[in-house]
Amino acid sequence: MTRGEIKDVILEIIADIDEDADMDGLNPDEPLRDQLDLDSMDFLDIVMELRKRYKLQIPEADYPELATLTSCINYLEPKLKAL
Amino acid sequence: MVYQSIEKAKNSYDVIVVGSGLGGLTVSNRLARAGHQVLLLEHHHRLGGLATWFKRKNHTFDVSLHGFPYGMVKTCRKYWNEAIKNSIVQLKNIVFDNPQFSLTTTFDRQDFTRILQEKFSISGSVIDDFFVTVRKMNFYDDLAMSTRELFEEFFPGRSDVHRLLMEPITYANGSTLDDPAITYGIVFSNFMDKGVFTFQGGTDHLIGMMSDELEANGVTICTKSKVERIVVEKGRVKGVMVDGRVISAPCVISNSGITNTVDELTGRDAFPDDFLADFDKVKINNSSCQVYMGIKPGESFPDVGDLLFTSTAPSFDSLEMRDMKTKSRTFSIYYPQTRPANPDYTVVASMNGNYDDWADLTDEEYKAAKQEMIERSLVDLERYIPDIRSKIDWLEAATPKTFSRYTLHTKGTSFGTKFPGLDISRKIFKVVPGLFHVGSVGIIMSGWLGAINYGVIVANDADAFLRS
Repeated sequence: MTRGEIKDVILEIIADIDEDADMDGLNPDEPLRDQLDLDSMDFLDIVMELRKRYKLQIPEADYPELATLTSCINYLEPKLKAL
Repeated sequence: MVYQSIEKAKNSYDVIVVGSGLGGLTVSNRLARAGHQVLLLEHHHRLGGLATWFKRKNHTFDVSLHGFPYGMVKTCRKYWNEAIKNSIVQLKNIVFDNPQFSLTTTFDRQDFTRILQEKFSISGSVIDDFFVTVRKMNFYDDLAMSTRELFEEFFPGRSDVHRLLMEPITYANGSTLDDPAITYGIVFSNFMDKGVFTFQGGTDHLIGMMSDELEANGVTICTKSKVERIVVEKGRVKGVMVDGRVISAPCVISNSGITNTVDELTGRDAFPDDFLADFDKVKINNSSCQVYMGIKPGESFPDVGDLLFTSTAPSFDSLEMRDMKTKSRTFSIYYPQTRPANPDYTVVASMNGNYDDWADLTDEEYKAAKQEMIERSLVDLERYIPDIRSKIDWLEAATPKTFSRYTLHTKGTSFGTKFPGLDISRKIFKVVPGLFHVGSVGIIMSGWLGAINYGVIVANDADAFLRS
């Protein structure tokens, strides 16, 4: 997957979790949590959905890598490269 | 929904969930939606665990539907469905009445700020600092500070303020001033978000909707199916023994109490010594007593509030609140709008209680103690509804022994364990691969919202295990 495709996947998963999330004007380098009112349960949902879709195991220690859209893409890019 | 009989269960599943409290129901639903084959086993004839109800005459009594935080709206939408979410309504009149103060509140930050300023003369900046401090608390923060120390820091010597802040939480989860401040901060902040909410339609309606959702997602549900033991071989989970046969699964999630899970269902032999050393330090929370009152058909009483925190004890004292003869009780008042399809007035008085106080009584003493508790509850309720006695056509009491019988929890605990139980529950699968625990632990994973959210957290762990 390309960086653009990964970004679309993340935004799609977030839209499923929070139907009120306003993705327009999202700053990719600011924490998603602050901009979209996501809580720790929402991040758990993202982790579980990524595992379901791509068999991707994200250990708890790596959760901070999912903080911003850019850090998500950076973290997932090598893991989803082959897909 | 018609539940399966255990004889019809298949010989193997991906996941077996033992117990159908809100945690067990939620973990089942999440894993079924993620594509796993789930068998849910419940010893009782109905689902829900302590989220339960019972019928007497034309009354339906809710056992643990007293009010939960607004966070339940998001949780039910994400992990259950829209219909369940849409049944959530606010309880707007929360009443406190004790020798130190009497007031009515919506139990949210804005109203508490007003009350603390106007009635308790606390400065706005201190109140704001307090709210910001508790809001920021996380379960992985330092545990050194107790709730007592937290209160003394912000409201030194103000036992009235301490009571206002603590009493509802002690009823909600059995915690005391000696428990870690973070457990208080997390639970209190959840409530202060937007107030107190309930399910319109009652517990029976909620559990009915949840069971329909489970069925739609393909969960096999067997009630009256008491698991005899969790089968562990060569250090890994193999399944469960139920109804005299082994049903196999690589993953078993116990929604039994954590102490029942380790000591009885699995057996201590399955665990390493260092785990057991930590486990043995875990203290369980107290149990509860309740008095159920049903009002004759055609009778009514005025709106006296939805949830009444009442006490004639001079100040907050969690030991006094657990005493058999406590002067402190909450009244949950259910008006006809609770169940619009079957309108009725009921009142449930709830008290904290110690199992050991009740367990050793003779039958006669036990009966008499229950009758005295009913009488004390009626006397207290008469202060708010003076003619209540003449309107009642059903009176019944439950004690820690009752809670123990229906939940099978060690010493009838109604609020799981103190904080260290959370770590044991979270790491059990690291010492016995395939074995997970979900249920009230650690104070913060207690109550309806805590139980459901913990079900989601454990579903994530179990899903990771199943896909590894």
